[in-house]
Amino acid sequence: MNIAANLAKSVRAAWPPVLLAAVLLVGWQLLARDVIRNAEVLPTPTSVVSAGWNQRSAIWSNTLPTLRETELGFALSFALSWLIAGAMDFSAIVRRAVYPLLVTSQTVPVVALAPMFVVVFGFTLLPKVLLVALATFFPLTASLAEGFATADGEASRLLRSMGASRWQEFWRIRVPGALPFFFTGLRVSITYAIGGAIFAEYAGAEKGLGLYLNQMQQVFRLDLVFATVIVIAALSVALFASTYLLERWLTPWRRYERADREANAA
Amino acid sequence: MTTTTTVEYALEADGLVQQFARPGQEPLRVLDGLDLRVRTGEIAAVIGPSGSGKSTLLNILAGLDRPSGGEVRVGGSGAVAYMPQKDLLFPWRTIEDNAILGLEVAGVKKKTAREQVTPLFEEFGLGGFEYAYPAQLSGGMRQRAALLRTVAMNRPVLLLDEPFGALDALTRTQMQLWLAETWQRHGWTIVLVTHDIREAVFLADSVHVLSPRPARVTRRFEIDLPRPRTADTFASPEFARLERELLGALV
Repeated sequence: MNIAANLAKSVRAAWPPVLLAAVLLVGWQLLARDVIRNAEVLPTPTSVVSAGWNQRSAIWSNTLPTLRETELGFALSFALSWLIAGAMDFSAIVRRAVYPLLVTSQTVPVVALAPMFVVVFGFTLLPKVLLVALATFFPLTASLAEGFATADGEASRLLRSMGASRWQEFWRIRVPGALPFFFTGLRVSITYAIGGAIFAEYAGAEKGLGLYLNQMQQVFRLDLVFATVIVIAALSVALFASTYLLERWLTPWRRYERADREANAA
Repeated sequence: MTTTTTVEYALEADGLVQQFARPGQEPLRVLDGLDLRVRTGEIAAVIGPSGSGKSTLLNILAGLDRPSGGEVRVGGSGAVAYMPQKDLLFPWRTIEDNAILGLEVAGVKKKTAREQVTPLFEEFGLGGFEYAYPAQLSGGMRQRAALLRTVAMNRPVLLLDEPFGALDALTRTQMQLWLAETWQRHGWTIVLVTHDIREAVFLADSVHVLSPRPARVTRRFEIDLPRPRTADTFASPEFARLERELLGALV
């Protein structure tokens, strides 16, 4: 009964966007097929799908390096964010020194950096990894730093009365307390991750979805450009959705907190 | 012939002075030579008007702050087990893992610590809730879980700061009855900071009344109501007399 109720709830939540998407697709199909009638200006959705399917091995072989760059860049940004936010939590001087630089690093446009990184590091993996890290590590670091800072002062006192060290306090209160904040930051930054990799490839690469996109644009294969965009969007959405699974797994108590709040509100 | 009776104190505070510097003003004196003696195995209630420096005293007794003057001696391991006013159960830990927090901090292995606290769950009315999260528990249960965490630290003195203050009246009375009964079996030494006169009289063996700031202990009452104390205790004339007397000392 519970499953059926959940299913009904999902269906109710899903039908408006699905319906809207269907309407837009049909509109696009009619517009492209009967009004514009030029595949180099606007290909029909059906031709996008069939072109993408025909070229699936080329798209797939370009997807793998992009995923690899995203994964490495994100790993780097993950490590950096915990290190920097942790250091900021332990030392007020570090916090004061680092925070303004952190904000400044975000104002540097990726557009300007991408070609420069390629000049410096060549057509290797490194410039892409760095760019993904740069695009993603600020939301992660900022949310973690905030999560650490909002730790309950009274809980810290309780732990100190038990004889805990600052390090024990960090692991037992600040880290678990910061996890919900971390996931918020993770969701923001993960949407930048693939975009960052694509951009870096655009500026120069041997393989990757960004490069493929660029090439298809130059030969006016708009159908394949759209097909690639769909793949990129699907990957981003999948990564985004995976953060919810990860969150459920790593913060199992949050479900009860929500249930508790709802029960109190009712 | 002389008889020397040596009373054993689990906690002795001598001449505690605490003052806080204020820019451009006289330092704020909160404690002014406060003495407190708690016998082993008794419940000592500390009661005082609000703003009388109860939390300053608590911080010193819990070892969180050092007094400007005087000293605190705790028998045995030299430290008290502190239970703050809010339950402060960690939402990300199950009740069992909250209960072993103090042991874990002291370096006891998780597995050993869990084995130590398991037998307490039934007695604290938490049997079957070992793996529940705090958000799944009622207010009274959370407070019992916080007390379990305090007891599990195995320290010679329990320092309870208004442990039932946040509960509704009915739950509070239930908790007081339960604590009286459970204490009867264990004989813990408890310092109970409260602003509830009924609670102090019902639970305590001695009640220490604080003066308004700067605080000293101005009166000390021995509560010789018979033990075990039950719901009937509330109805005894002796209870009413002590309650009136204590009220007189406070207002």
